[in-house]
Amino acid sequence: MFEVPEDRKYQESHEYATTDGETATIGITDFAQDELGDVVFVELPAVGDEITQNEAFGVVESIKAVSDLYAPISGTVTAVNEELFDRPELVNEDPYGDGWMLEIDVADESAFDDLLSAEEYREQTE
Amino acid sequence: MNYDQARYGDDDRYEPLLSEKDTTTVDVGESSPLPDDLTRDSLELPGLSEPELARHYTRLSQMNWSVESGPYPLGSCTMKYNPSFTEDVAADPNGAVHPDRSDGTVQGTLEVLYGLQDSLARIGGMDAVTLQPPAGAAGEFTGILVAKAYHESRDDDRSEVIIPASAHGTNFASAAMAGYDVVELPSGDDGRVDLEALEAAVSEETAALMLTNPNTVGVFERDIVEIAEIVHDAGGLLYYDGANLNALLGRVRPGDMGFDVMHYNVHKTFATPHGGGGPGAGPVGVTEELAEFLPSPRVREREGHYELYDPERSIGKVHGYQGNWLVLVKAYAYIARLGDSGLEDASAKAVLNANYLASQIDYDIPYGPFHHEFAATAGDRDAADVAKRMLDYGVHPPTTKWPELVPEAMLTEPTEAESLDSLDDLAAAFDAAMADSDAELEPAPSKTTAGRIDQARAARNPRLSWRALGEEE
Repeated sequence: MFEVPEDRKYQESHEYATTDGETATIGITDFAQDELGDVVFVELPAVGDEITQNEAFGVVESIKAVSDLYAPISGTVTAVNEELFDRPELVNEDPYGDGWMLEIDVADESAFDDLLSAEEYREQTE
Repeated sequence: MNYDQARYGDDDRYEPLLSEKDTTTVDVGESSPLPDDLTRDSLELPGLSEPELARHYTRLSQMNWSVESGPYPLGSCTMKYNPSFTEDVAADPNGAVHPDRSDGTVQGTLEVLYGLQDSLARIGGMDAVTLQPPAGAAGEFTGILVAKAYHESRDDDRSEVIIPASAHGTNFASAAMAGYDVVELPSGDDGRVDLEALEAAVSEETAALMLTNPNTVGVFERDIVEIAEIVHDAGGLLYYDGANLNALLGRVRPGDMGFDVMHYNVHKTFATPHGGGGPGAGPVGVTEELAEFLPSPRVREREGHYELYDPERSIGKVHGYQGNWLVLVKAYAYIARLGDSGLEDASAKAVLNANYLASQIDYDIPYGPFHHEFAATAGDRDAADVAKRMLDYGVHPPTTKWPELVPEAMLTEPTEAESLDSLDDLAAAFDAAMADSDAELEPAPSKTTAGRIDQARAARNPRLSWRALGEEE
């Protein structure tokens, strides 16, 4: 019932990473935004920061809870969706599109193998 | 119960602000010695008569809910009634002395502070108390700084504080602010600390375990002696979060359970007013080994003379002077008026009231036996919807959706203040709200001055001052 696009890979903690080449776009899944409820605040690293697979890289706050964001893949941040600082609701409205969080330069593409496929992630959320 | 909250003004607005009712420009003259860019020639002030002013504030109070309106069973918050005599004591002009006056001229106020330090130490089973921290969370932070100073004084460098997942969020924040890494301890199946998990979590990096007892689902950590042993054997200290002390007064003391540091929430346990932006007080008690690190100044007595002094290796000041006197004096008045037997009785009734209420409502309560509060679950209903609907039945609802250990939690703490009749009203409101259909829950509350608040909009576009009125969002 939740959208799980095939063109990316997923982490058990509900973050996604696109896999087109050396850069990856990172965000949280449709399931995650629905569980969180209305997102009111997003804290993200800055361009140039390193993020490490499975380690916290930021915080998402909704009216229900404050949750850490865990990096699905390691790399260097090349872009941050600053639009989210003014319009955190984009995470709810379009988690895979305008609600993206980071773009990173992937350190090691083989680490994508550690992530779940769309099908595996879909099973986890059912 | 029939209930309708007062409403004034038009349909979509409340009682106007004073500045909206009337403003008058007052000429303040031009004789100020201050530079021109720091002064004004005139001020805009509300130009209202006293009756208009009195009506304004009375209306605001009628549009609000307080423990003076009815039951207020907000779990974990201990919203006990604040006896009005404590206000009289705080208003006594004899207590209104400047804290910079010399000790010899303020013996009375120092005696009160000393008496409160002493009473809190005795109640908590601690050896020394500071009254300086200005709130419960500030007390936590102070307590952790004292623990850190203790470890550092022994050249014992430790980096971690262990906190159960179900603890108050302030515990995690206090430990992190003090520079520690937080190790989160999952709860056992019965909602209590899992000893095996604790064994696995402690190490030579453990500076402290922060624990609330009874814990946040109201269940007593009955393995506390073993818990203390595990933490102490690893060289760590045991921190007591005083949030739930109202369950235990006169029964068991944190010091006797093996705790080394604790804070007291005087607004919970000792009936001083809650919140409203302060001022508050969050005294901290410690064992003898930690006393020399407490904030300065403290009060001591020498041959019948009270004096301020700085503990030898004090962490310094965490607030001005001796803390918030007007709050502290209310807590002392409450403790003195109730006495040992009264405090013991208050806790016994708090536990009895929670257990009676739980027995009267048709809700599943996953964890027990519980003491002064219980975490009921709204099951497949939304706890927030049920809670909003309870407002329509003329009571304040419990804390919702926390702790997360219980799904759709309704954390309920009626306190000792409620009578049998009022507990029955509360139970009726619980069951009536749960029996209502989703269609009835969704628009609730409808009997209150303000309806359902748009929480997301409030968080995304906070407008924190009357100056924001009329501004575009």
